[in-house]
Amino acid sequence: MNVTALLFASYADALGRPAVELSLPDGSTVEDALGRLRGMPGGGTLPASPLVAVNLAYAKPGAVLAHGDELALIPPVAGG
Amino acid sequence: MRTAIVTRPLDGAALAAEVARPEHGAVLVFVGTVRDMNEGRAVTGIEYQAYEAMAGRELDAIALEASREFGTSAIAVEHRTGRLAVGEASVVIALSHAHRGAAYDASRYIIEQLKRRVPVWKREEYVDGAREWVDPAGRAAEVSR
Repeated sequence: MNVTALLFASYADALGRPAVELSLPDGSTVEDALGRLRGMPGGGTLPASPLVAVNLAYAKPGAVLAHGDELALIPPVAGG
Repeated sequence: MRTAIVTRPLDGAALAAEVARPEHGAVLVFVGTVRDMNEGRAVTGIEYQAYEAMAGRELDAIALEASREFGTSAIAVEHRTGRLAVGEASVVIALSHAHRGAAYDASRYIIEQLKRRVPVWKREEYVDGAREWVDPAGRAAEVSR
């Protein structure tokens, strides 16, 4: 299955791009996707357990992904 | 209730007019602006970035919570993104209520939740030309190159 991972702010700088298309085995979790991202150039600087959202809602590392999901890695927010 | 992520300059007076109601005796507008100093470093501007779809959803959720908790649906919130100069408004929270106490409480609730939950980031630009993403926990999150 394919999942889009969105990167923002410092995380986008770390991997040098704002989005990554991931091809993952069925049944993969958020944590599996994070592992894949950590293995990419620049991915080693991602924190151990970044905040993540799946399809616009905050999600846990164990959440199971589905084909077409939009995964977003959320750096520490700093709005206002 | 209305919330938005926008790129144009914010207009607090327009939002105040938008939320005014004949039955409400208090109209409150909070304007967050770009400060010229952060942690001892002179700031020349801030670039705001948002995960727009999710930020809009979280802002809507926060406005709804405030509405239920404090008893007014006359709420308008706008957050600006893009590059802002010192003194420019990055966020405006306007609301009205029958009474001032609940108006202050609702406004405070919205800004505190916004800072905690809404996926917006800022990169400060300093006098020496350096730019860093801000980590509100204390330090800059990652030095950008």
